[in-house]
Amino acid sequence: MKAAGVLDNRNVLGLLFLLPAAALLLVFLTYPLGLGVWLGFTDAKIGRDGIWIGLENYEFLWGDPVFRLSVFNTFFYTLIASVFKFGLGLWLALLLNEHLPFKGFIRAIVLLPFIVPTVLSAIAFWWIYDTQFSIVSWLLTRMGWIHSNINFLGSPNPARVSTIVANVWRGVPFVAICLLAGLQTIAPSLYEAAAIDGATGWQRFRHITLPLLSPIIAVVMTFSVLFTFTDFQLIWVLTRGGPINATHLMATLSYQRAIPGGALGEGAAIATSMIPFLLAAILFSYFGLQRRKWQQGGRD
Amino acid sequence: MASVTLSGIRKSFGATPVLHGVDVQIDDGEFVVLVGPSGCGKSTLLRMIAGLEETLDGEIRIGDRVVNRVPPKARDIAMVFQNYALYPHMTVRANMAFSMRLAGRAAAEIDARVNDAARILGLDDYLDRFPRQLSGGQRQRVAMGRAIVRDPQVFLFDEPLSNLDAKLRVQMRTEIRALHQRLRTTSIYVTHDQIEAMTMADKIVVMNAGRVEQIGAPLVLYDDPANLFVAGFIGSPAMNFLPGRLAEGGAVVLDNGGRIGVASTAAKPGQAVTVGVRPESLEIAADGLLAEIVVVEPTGADTQIYCTLAGRDVNVVSRERHGFAPGQGIRLRVAPHKALLFDADSGARIR
Amino acid sequence: MAADYLTSLPRRWVTIYIPLIVFLIVLLFPFYWMAITAFKPDAELMSATGNPFWVVQPTLMHFRKLLFDTAYPTWLWNTVLITVSSTLVSLAASVFAAYAIERLRFRGSRQVGLGIFLAYLVPPSILFIPLASMVFQLGIFDTRLALILTYPTFLIPFCTWLLMGYFRAIPYELEECALIDGATRWQILTRIILPLAVPGLISAGIFAFTLSWNEFLYALTFISASENKTVPVGVITELVEGDVYHWGALMAGALVGSLPVAVLYSFFVEHYVAGMTGAVKE
Repeated sequence: MKAAGVLDNRNVLGLLFLLPAAALLLVFLTYPLGLGVWLGFTDAKIGRDGIWIGLENYEFLWGDPVFRLSVFNTFFYTLIASVFKFGLGLWLALLLNEHLPFKGFIRAIVLLPFIVPTVLSAIAFWWIYDTQFSIVSWLLTRMGWIHSNINFLGSPNPARVSTIVANVWRGVPFVAICLLAGLQTIAPSLYEAAAIDGATGWQRFRHITLPLLSPIIAVVMTFSVLFTFTDFQLIWVLTRGGPINATHLMATLSYQRAIPGGALGEGAAIATSMIPFLLAAILFSYFGLQRRKWQQGGRD
Repeated sequence: MASVTLSGIRKSFGATPVLHGVDVQIDDGEFVVLVGPSGCGKSTLLRMIAGLEETLDGEIRIGDRVVNRVPPKARDIAMVFQNYALYPHMTVRANMAFSMRLAGRAAAEIDARVNDAARILGLDDYLDRFPRQLSGGQRQRVAMGRAIVRDPQVFLFDEPLSNLDAKLRVQMRTEIRALHQRLRTTSIYVTHDQIEAMTMADKIVVMNAGRVEQIGAPLVLYDDPANLFVAGFIGSPAMNFLPGRLAEGGAVVLDNGGRIGVASTAAKPGQAVTVGVRPESLEIAADGLLAEIVVVEPTGADTQIYCTLAGRDVNVVSRERHGFAPGQGIRLRVAPHKALLFDADSGARIR
Repeated sequence: MAADYLTSLPRRWVTIYIPLIVFLIVLLFPFYWMAITAFKPDAELMSATGNPFWVVQPTLMHFRKLLFDTAYPTWLWNTVLITVSSTLVSLAASVFAAYAIERLRFRGSRQVGLGIFLAYLVPPSILFIPLASMVFQLGIFDTRLALILTYPTFLIPFCTWLLMGYFRAIPYELEECALIDGATRWQILTRIILPLAVPGLISAGIFAFTLSWNEFLYALTFISASENKTVPVGVITELVEGDVYHWGALMAGALVGSLPVAVLYSFFVEHYVAGMTGAVKE
């Protein structure tokens, strides 16, 4: 009876139930997060514990043109890809929200790019972007638009565009399906009322769809930005950061310096310098959402 | 079966007090209804009796056992919830058998008791269905069946009829009452609907803002309310209230100078009072006070006449059929012993 | 939409059907291309003539090479093992955590809930270096255990967050009724809450499965021996020999590696979509 009494206590039982998850997360998430920050202040190498060297890694990175380029690339990649993912995703969501034949089936296959392992679909893009056998080059040549094969991944700007296209391809379905779920929560009667009030299609979109969708847009785009900003897989498969570091993101540079390069401390410093940007993005969206909440009468 | 005794029950949620010292004695086999407007604390009180809310202040006894520290399952009670709380993934049979299966009763006994309860409630044909396949009234019956099979000391009902439509509500009211006649299990029933309270209860506990306003049999509360709140809450259409001042010679002078004769009271002349008159106690008579008709609503059996008297809305229920029209004048009279007096400040009854 | 009947069919074609078809072609083409390449003999792959969109003489040669000349079957087995283990571990831990946070409402549960959400936002890209050093010191570098233990760091936050939403939707009265019926907390969890949260468990399970099947960075960092690699890492690091790309085998590897998640997904589309959108909507 006494044991049962202890187990009936919410606080005791709550902590007990929380224990497995908390233990795993504290050991393999919270601790490494701190360890990562600490490593950034050391000169640790693979197989050798580092000693505290203060801001030396950051000072070095500050003067390192490759690191600076990777910061620029990361922002460029995130900004352009997010804009396109949002625009195309919203458009696709609106299309899917129409009355369509085989709607469920179409919705299901639209999401395929998102669920298939990124690395494996990136291989398909790698082949599509091949210098010699690219199907895109073949097609454009046939149509008479170009005369020599495009060097998709071999020169800086085409490589940037190519990686962004692949990232957008993978991200659009996620944005579209999430926004579609949001669209479906908007009561049809609102559109009917607006139609009777004399609103055109564009006005209905502008004054009903967009405002009611904006909380979900904020959340979806926050996720999208976070995932794009910290992307690794796609770049690593397609270009490994090349050509001449033109597509190196902070994540790929940090991997390259830390694991093949062996400079754990320097890699950790690069990874750690992503944290302020991530926090800024999270806070931006968090406070954006707060404002939205009171506008809509605040529901917790 | 057992009596239930609540003494000095207090409760707050955080800084918000919801019950300010409640004392209620419920006798063995009694059907008691806790009634009051929403937020009066009646559901909280019921949940404390069930053990779903902690009781720190005051004492709850079931039979002669203090149950403050006893977990719900050991209190030997059964509860019917407002939304029925049927387990959606279990059949009707499994729903009714759940508590006995947890208690490790023998299969034969469980079967017998479930079948018994099903027969009493007319659920024999639905035992293998799932809750989603039942109508509202049937779900309600399953919820009661689940309570019956346990043969508890006390039944607790938390607004069990409020999710039903009006017609079904009346029917289930009768069924619950008949069930109680048959089983004679002590029952505590919470509702905000005073008609349910009047029709079902042996004893009504009227609650308001965390306090008990009056306890008594339905007709006692109706005829002899202890204060303005009970007088206004019990009865539909509600009692009419007219403010005035007590004059010499057993009469109340209204704001417009009209006089209403009242029975002799303990109050002093000159005191500010409120006169309470039931709509059916107002007679249409040539020597009455002048009122103006606003709306006439014939219901068939009787006619409700809404009028204004001395600047107040007054409601008259008349058994006769009149050819009244809005705007018309009407003269109203009340027998002195039908006019109840209340203190204008405290709201307490003046007898 | 309002007054759809006024929109003419040609107009619907221009504004809806044609854009949608273009979307579908672009989104699905890489898969088609992957599949067709996997069945093309090398001669057709390298030929500049003929229609590249079709395969004249389909061959299973690339699949044969994949299954018999490479460690692909081992990678596949590793991926299954790691994915299933980490999914089960995460799901179990998440069920308890979500129930505790959402239903037991212990002191501080709101803060813990927020913490779980923040944990979901921590990307692997900033964890892999310290994790690599931990994995090394724990002596589990280059073992499957390293991945089974680290994958829950992104699976648990997601599953917990998702399950919290499902648990929240179950009426409190059911639990209270069960309490009066004599059930213990454990019985309430196993006999009332879990059966009712089955859709949520499936959503979380499917999602966790695909997330760990797709994981790349940790697997690339913590594993070096071929016999311990997962499919994504194996395909990238071992099927590419110098500058000679065996496109057919690469595509076959990508295709086979994608199939399990695609098949699982096709069975549980609704659950998957509900999980994804549910997590975003909360």
